[in-house]
Amino acid sequence: MTTLTRTPPAQALDRDAPIPLARVVRVELRKMFNTRSGFWLLASLVIVGVLATVGTILVAPDDQLTHNTFAAAIGFPMTIVLPIIAILSITGEWSQRTGLTTFTLVPHRGRVLVAKTIASVVVGIAAMLVALVVGVVGNVVGTTISGTDLVWDLSAAQFGTIVVGSLLCLLTGTMLGMLIRNSPGALVTYFVMTLVLPTLFGILAANQADFADVRPWVDAELARSFLFEGPPTGEQWGQVATTALLWLVLPALVGLRFVVRSEVK
Amino acid sequence: MITIDNLSRTYGSTVAVDHVSFVAEAGRVTGFLGPNGAGKSTTMRMIVGLTQPTTGTATIAGRRFADLPNPGVEVGVMLDASAQHAGRTGREILGIAQQTMGVPARRVDEMLELVSLTSAEADRRVGNYSLGMRQRLGVGTALIGNPRVLVLDEPANGLDPAGIRWMRDLLRDFADGGGTVLLSSHLLREVEIIADDIVMIGQGRIVCQGSKASLLRGEGSVARAADARALLRALHASGHDATVTSDGALTTAAEPSVVGRVAVEHQLALTELRAAESGLEDMFLELTANTQRDTRRERTVA
Repeated sequence: MTTLTRTPPAQALDRDAPIPLARVVRVELRKMFNTRSGFWLLASLVIVGVLATVGTILVAPDDQLTHNTFAAAIGFPMTIVLPIIAILSITGEWSQRTGLTTFTLVPHRGRVLVAKTIASVVVGIAAMLVALVVGVVGNVVGTTISGTDLVWDLSAAQFGTIVVGSLLCLLTGTMLGMLIRNSPGALVTYFVMTLVLPTLFGILAANQADFADVRPWVDAELARSFLFEGPPTGEQWGQVATTALLWLVLPALVGLRFVVRSEVK
Repeated sequence: MITIDNLSRTYGSTVAVDHVSFVAEAGRVTGFLGPNGAGKSTTMRMIVGLTQPTTGTATIAGRRFADLPNPGVEVGVMLDASAQHAGRTGREILGIAQQTMGVPARRVDEMLELVSLTSAEADRRVGNYSLGMRQRLGVGTALIGNPRVLVLDEPANGLDPAGIRWMRDLLRDFADGGGTVLLSSHLLREVEIIADDIVMIGQGRIVCQGSKASLLRGEGSVARAADARALLRALHASGHDATVTSDGALTTAAEPSVVGRVAVEHQLALTELRAAESGLEDMFLELTANTQRDTRRERTVA
């Protein structure tokens, strides 16, 4: 016992070497998946991807067994699971009170949040690449079973806009985690934002002709859908950027301020 | 060394910590005592930057905690052993700390051995740990970076007697090696045994501080004699006030040297003679009397 507490580590440690950001990112990635809930969330990404592929083969009409169909079938559930991963990676520090350790080991909270955001984006991109590969396999297997022609109708540009759209979903989760700092609260708010709010906007647009024109500029969910439905026009990109500023960047800045100033108990 | 200078924290109109200043010296164990809600934990959170002070500063070897490039290798911190993700294994919790600090991976196994957690226990999720096991894990996390300063909030909480002894030896050893230990507790007996210096707070203010030896030194002496009645008469005859307690010991305001001389003069055999000590508990209750919840209630009732 005595020797263990007093012996310095064999390789001399530079006590004044600051912790590099890359190391914080690796730690945050590890923390995302080394809990029971984290493990099953990651597993659910793969399970859902496989289920969606099998489902598409069984249900979709033969002439629609194309790469695009598979990619869309896998991509949709991911837009639900990825934001949950992003939310929990942040809210866990408060809901599970691990922030007490995290923010004393790295006493710059902004840095921890940057690392968490990078880690979430890395997971998001990796998940999209997995979806792409599963989609390829599904397309080959599916068309072989149905005996139809292989159709590769998913362009690189299209895949790119789908990735951007999914990352916007994921970052919305990051934003809500910072803003609310409570797992159930942030999860409920996420589903209100993505399910309830667009419905309200839809009802409003149906009854108010004026609002129908404005809607794509304020309805983040509608604007994001342009990214999933084929090449967006210049105006649509503008709408994506505007809604992202309104519903993502501004609240994230408020959330960042909360996180940096709040007391960790 | 931890230097706390004029540290305060207010919440609205409530003053949690009120201009607290003290120094926890290297090579010594400083016990931070106070009733529940006295401001111990708030002070400790301010030291490590989890709570922003309203006034004042806290520095570790001259640097603010947030200015330490890699705090984990300078300061071992355990503020709440239960503040861990229930779904994570003990080994992973140590692994995260080890990876963040950039110390060798073997430190994880070394710490498990140090805090006496078995390999099987380390692979269990912390949600299944007893409070004592969490305390051990928390101490392991605090020590993994081989720091020179320890800040521990209620480290003996939930430990069994053997665990308390182990913790005491570990902290003594750490301080004897030149380390600084600041620990809070309301387990007075523990602090009385382990601490070299004591800082006592009540309602956010320091009510007393100093070395344990100087704080506990009482006035007068306690004596036992083969014939207690004879000693009592002899002391009275010499002009000293004295009383015999129910267990046969004799207490007096006279110093031990005076009692010894009186006994020799009267040819009385002493079986015990020592300076009276005021117990930490008495001092604690006396000094924090007007800040204790229970006495406050009594006063309002009256």
